[in-house]
Amino acid sequence: MFVKILSWLDERLGLTAIYNTVLDRKVPKVNWWFTLGSASLFLFAMQCVTGIMLTIYYVPDPAKAYDSIQYIMNDVAFGWLIRGMHHWGATLMIIVVFLHMLRTYFYAAYKYPRELTWLTGVVLLLATLGMGFTGYLLPMNQRSYWASKVGASIAGTVPGIGPFIEKVILGGSDISAVTLARFFSVHIWWLPVVIGALIGIHMYLVIRIGISMIPHEGD
Amino acid sequence: MPGSQHELSRNGFVKVVTAMVGTAMGAIIGIPAIGYLVSPATKIQKSDAWIPLGPLENIPLGEPTLFSFTRSQVTGWEKTVNSYGVYVWRKNEDEVKVFSNVCTHLSCRVRWDAEKKAYLCPCHAGIFDIEGNVIHDPPPRPLDMYAESEGNLKIEEGTLFIHFVGG
Repeated sequence: MFVKILSWLDERLGLTAIYNTVLDRKVPKVNWWFTLGSASLFLFAMQCVTGIMLTIYYVPDPAKAYDSIQYIMNDVAFGWLIRGMHHWGATLMIIVVFLHMLRTYFYAAYKYPRELTWLTGVVLLLATLGMGFTGYLLPMNQRSYWASKVGASIAGTVPGIGPFIEKVILGGSDISAVTLARFFSVHIWWLPVVIGALIGIHMYLVIRIGISMIPHEGD
Repeated sequence: MPGSQHELSRNGFVKVVTAMVGTAMGAIIGIPAIGYLVSPATKIQKSDAWIPLGPLENIPLGEPTLFSFTRSQVTGWEKTVNSYGVYVWRKNEDEVKVFSNVCTHLSCRVRWDAEKKAYLCPCHAGIFDIEGNVIHDPPPRPLDMYAESEGNLKIEEGTLFIHFVGG
């Protein structure tokens, strides 16, 4: 019965072809460092799921953000777990994505014909850091506030247009309700959409071109 | 012999392990996730309480006296404070009755008029007598009453309490 349904679907959706292309593709003999890309993808998925869950209770308003998180942590069943996963998953994702970049760099996997994979990867790393920066403000505690203040001030040091950039980031001259709303928007819509699209291109290239070998001495 | 019917191939083993680990992870994440989503529905909010209205001996005899109190309610991250009023009427030394000041018509707040000896509703001219009975339309029923006979009023160590059930 189950096999019948599966083969019915397969005939119409081409599941076997997808499986063979995506998962059964030929790969050279590599090591554990080559699992970091999959780990990054898994963490992104996990951040998406836990992040979507958090928006059920979180309110992006300076007066209520902190209280809504206290509610998640103390009153909602497993709220501490969902937020904990999102919080620690964020840190882990930065580490894993960065190590993934280092592996690519030291194994020279960015060279022809994989330049575009590398370029999309660079943007993905920056977008991930952007997620970290925007997400940091959302709890609206002292640390969030001052970290965002420092981050925006750094942008403000750009010669000439710096102060303008800082005002655009903050949505005004200081951290306010406007800042929190735009950080929230960037955190849950703009960056996830960009990251999702780039992951699509990145993985299409990985599957199309295949992964590189570990370079030998003298290569 | 690899790949024979009785032996589990390397590929098959990986598939089984992946499925098992995947199921375990799904359960570990999925079950808390369901609890997380339905959590607010499982919290029963207790809104009734015995409200102390002070020592009985301080309440004047014969004339209904307005008492106000506030009740706070916490829903999620939001706290709302509502104020309520009741008229305490010591009919005589032994009998005390408490009336809600909420008109039974459309919930306006009624006011005791000492000259007319009646509760007047400012909205639609409803009038209640000192016992809370309707003496002028439109209120459909008497004022909500707290009395010892109703079981929602008690006197403990000289202090008057009413059993307040939400608002």
